[in-house]
Amino acid sequence: MRNAILALLFFISLLLVADDFPRFGSPDAPSHHHVVPRYIEKSVEETGTENLVTSILISYRGYDTFGEVTVIFGAGIAVILILGTKR
Amino acid sequence: MSVVIRTVSRVLVPFILLFSLHIITSGASTPGGGFQGGVVFGAGLILLAISFEKGVVRKMITERKNVALMSTGILVYALVGLFGISSGGSFLEYGALPLGSPAHANQLMIELVEIGVGATVAGVMYYLYSTTAGGN
Repeated sequence: MRNAILALLFFISLLLVADDFPRFGSPDAPSHHHVVPRYIEKSVEETGTENLVTSILISYRGYDTFGEVTVIFGAGIAVILILGTKR
Repeated sequence: MSVVIRTVSRVLVPFILLFSLHIITSGASTPGGGFQGGVVFGAGLILLAISFEKGVVRKMITERKNVALMSTGILVYALVGLFGISSGGSFLEYGALPLGSPAHANQLMIELVEIGVGATVAGVMYYLYSTTAGGN
């Protein structure tokens, strides 16, 4: 019963906070003004590739892509440990 | 599997593998890139493996070669990053490498990194198939 009251309080406070978000996808949200204009304007001259998605994924945010490949490789290692190298 | 499936896959699989290489290497100007091309490569290998008898493809693509393919891709990615440190920049800073202007070095290293990513993803895709349903 106490858990239900706590959950209800969290839910009501979340509803009050969710009212203050900027409109979804609006161009004057604060997340579109920090680094995104620099990526859009300077991508071709700094990285030389026309594909903006590739240049952000591998050049500007290459460390995150490295983490993704490590996760895929870790999944492969887990399968090697359990199911690999036939006896 | 039946004669129709074997014949069609014999004809189709080289094209699938070649097209996956095209997806990987032209990921810098068209949609695509490393992950997508790697998955298509793995799917082509799986198509080859399920349309023939159990063990025909397994003799060609042994487990050691598969694990070597998986490991080579991420090793290439890490080495490119470490070359950035040894040339005076930070980790994975392609512009610091002595290959011409920073934009040119970026272009070359993006291609190399994508090939590495594609190799790892293709290796893991085929490995997941061959250990669970690949026949033994």
